[in-house]
Amino acid sequence: MDKTKKQEQTSTHKIGIYLWIWGLLFVLSFFSYMVDWYQFQGMLRWSLILFFMFLKAGLIMAFFMHLYWERYALVNVLLWPMTAIACFIFLMVAEFEYTVFTRFFYFVVGG
Amino acid sequence: MSDIKIEGYEFKPGFKGMAKDTSSDQTMFKGVHWGKAMMWIFLLSDTFIFSCFLISYMKGRGSTIIDWPNPSEVFGLHVFGVDVPLLLIAIMTFVLITSSGTMALAVKYGYERNKKMCGWLILATAIGGLTFVGMQAFEWGKLIHEGVRPWENPFGAPQFGSFFFMITGFHGTHVSIGVIFLFIYAYKTFAGHYDEGKRGWFTTMKGDYVEIEILGLYWHFVDLVWVFIFAFFYLW
Repeated sequence: MDKTKKQEQTSTHKIGIYLWIWGLLFVLSFFSYMVDWYQFQGMLRWSLILFFMFLKAGLIMAFFMHLYWERYALVNVLLWPMTAIACFIFLMVAEFEYTVFTRFFYFVVGG
Repeated sequence: MSDIKIEGYEFKPGFKGMAKDTSSDQTMFKGVHWGKAMMWIFLLSDTFIFSCFLISYMKGRGSTIIDWPNPSEVFGLHVFGVDVPLLLIAIMTFVLITSSGTMALAVKYGYERNKKMCGWLILATAIGGLTFVGMQAFEWGKLIHEGVRPWENPFGAPQFGSFFFMITGFHGTHVSIGVIFLFIYAYKTFAGHYDEGKRGWFTTMKGDYVEIEILGLYWHFVDLVWVFIFAFFYLW
């Protein structure tokens, strides 16, 4: 009896942790909406948006999708490919900066 | 989740455990159901698809020399005589997070073999998803009515429409498919397929509550994608 009860506790997590994460997600979403509500601009706006976004994404992946409790063999297979996306983002930032530069240049100077 | 035991195999934590798991016999993802591993691989490929959409949006928005439409005005609503910025999008975000929370609880109650709670929570998740899709449709209708097209719009850079319809449309498709599956799984839960180990349609796998977790992974992923769309498309 005692043994089965112990096993149940380890195989599912307490309801409290889900409710906490749920509440946190609500609060973080509310904050990111407030970023727009108060019309923050420039670097402050972008850094706040990214901060709340990564926090929310991390909480969802770690607790709702159980990655925090998974073994590293799975976690690493899932997370390392994201570096390829990061590289792609850097490449495309360079690309759009070049595109917008040439557009401005030729609109001013002419073909 | 991580409390599995395999006879004659010693589980090591951290990177050492990863090296040992990866180089071991039979399975690399120890104690992970094959369906769950495959769902993760699918979600990884889906991540790349959505990333490509968002990156092309970044490039499109970054390289246009016409002003980008101000999303907080475009998606604002006029309620009770006041203009509220991004109101509908904020409500949609909260609805999707609510449904994500009910799904997480459904997975928990499923593993505790609490059929009733699990079924009702899946149903609640499905209704949340349906509400989300409904509001998405309303938003599309409103913007189309205002003259937003994939090739032009009255607010600014013409690329806006094509990125908007492509990204939110693809996300909405994911939500819709998820809602259909949620209703099917709610029925299967109430009918007791996971208690009896009844087989599904396309699989020889015996029904088990792990299927709820697999569906949950998909649903949380849909919510996860929305977090990024909300940040980059609506707030940026």
